[in-house]
Order: sequence, then structure tokens, then C-alpha cells
Amino acid sequence: MGLVLFYILGGITIVAALGVVTTRNIVYGALFLLASLSGVAGLFVVLFAEFLALVQLLIYGGAIIIVILFALMLTRTGDFSVATEHRRWPAAAIVSLALFGLLAGAAISDSGEYNTYRRTGIGIEELGAGLFENWAIPFEVASIVLLVALIGAIVIGRSGDDEDGADETGNGGQG
Amino acid sequence: MTLELVDFQILAAALFCLGLYGVLARKSAVMVLMAVELMLNAVNINLVAFAAFRDVSSIVTGQVIVIFVITVAAAEVGLALAVIMRLFRRRGTVNVDEIDLMKG
Repeated sequence: MGLVLFYILGGITIVAALGVVTTRNIVYGALFLLASLSGVAGLFVVLFAEFLALVQLLIYGGAIIIVILFALMLTRTGDFSVATEHRRWPAAAIVSLALFGLLAGAAISDSGEYNTYRRTGIGIEELGAGLFENWAIPFEVASIVLLVALIGAIVIGRSGDDEDGADETGNGGQG
Repeated sequence: MTLELVDFQILAAALFCLGLYGVLARKSAVMVLMAVELMLNAVNINLVAFAAFRDVSSIVTGQVIVIFVITVAAAEVGLALAVIMRLFRRRGTVNVDEIDLMKG
């Protein structure tokens, strides 16, 4: 049962990821990304990490995809749907395939030790206790990171007082 | 035949390498950002899988680190998209080949 689910969800994840990096239409790319991230959430369920699957769907599927779609909408140019690949893409493909061969070879040759262990899951209580006891200080640091990123995004994304203020009215006229 | 750790490792490696290809080969900065998200997800799969296949005490550690990775990814996306939109307003393009202001 777990094996069948793994192959279905893994297939969805990989095929959708392939769609993300090869599609010419950038909006399709965002939707492929949503499918791929949903497949990863399903894989979390196969690994008995239900809370992480929920977080994955909420944050990636709910928030990040929406923000990316907004950015696509706001930075749309005429030549978006053609020639989105760099002209040296074969080199990138060779590098990626070589790295995949390296990683897969290392995984096959050296992961026998843990393969005999049985997969288990934990409840959300244990996860919360671990997060707020052992990981309390990193949790607080993460909150500061989020706050700084939020303020930074507002400051950077604000229609600025720099010299391109005239562009703002032009964009408003088009929108 | 049962599900083994190496299955998850190879899946995560494939996802990571697809993300790497996207980062290297795509021109649009937004597509590069989406490929980075794929790479982060590959890392998350590996973390959860390694935690789940070991003893119970390591599961909390693995899953908490995944929560932190997702948090940082959310912050990264918000900030990066603000930078991309600012860049688009100033330069009129999000093609990473044309953004060579700091080229020596």
C-alpha cells in the first residue's frame, strides 16, 4: 500500500517538477509547481508526517503559489512565453544529470544501514513539545527572521522615492 | 517488497537535480525562484525520510527542522518577489541575463 502510494505521489511530484523547469508558459509553470508541492505533501503523509503535510499545503499551496502568481501578473512582459531557456541549457542539463548520478549512486551504495528500521510517526503533541522545549531559541530567531523579511519586503517593494517615480504612474495607467 | 529509505533518497535527488537544472537554465527570475522552491522541497523530503526511518527520538528533530526550512522559504519568497518587482519597475525586465549591474 505504501509502495503504491509512493510511486503514484512520487510520479506526480517528478513529472510536475519536470513541467516546472521545461514549460514555456510561465503561468503553467506556477500551476505545475503547485502540483509538485502537493505531491510532496502526499509523500509526507506516506512518511507519517501528517502535520507537515498540512503545513506544506497551507504555506506552499496557499501562500507561496498565490504570491508567485501575483508576481507573474505584475511583471508580465510580451516576450515571457518564448525563449525562456538560457542558450547554454545543455550544459545545465549535463551538470544536473551528473549530480543526480552522484547522489543516487551514493544513496544506493550507502543507505543499507537504515533500511531495516520500521517507519513510525509521532503525534502533534510531541512535535509541539519538541518545538517549544528543545528548539525554543531557534523558534524565536525564526520569528525575528520572518519579521525582518516582512519589513524588508515592504521597504523594497514600496513604490520608491527614487528616480523611477514617474514609472509608477505609467504602470498604474496600464493596470 | 517494502518501501525503503533509498527510494525516498533517489526521489529527493531527482527533485533536487530538476531544481538545479531550473536554476541554471531558466531566464526568468521568477522561474529561477520556483526552481529554488523545488530544491528546498527535495531537502525536506530527505529530512523527513531520514527521521522517519530512524528511531522515534529523531523524528521530532527532523520534522522541526523541516518546519524551520518552510519558514525560511516563505520569508525568502516574500523578499525575493519584492526584489523582482522592484527590478521590473526599474529595468523593465526580469531576465537574469540582462541584470548585470555588478558585473566587473
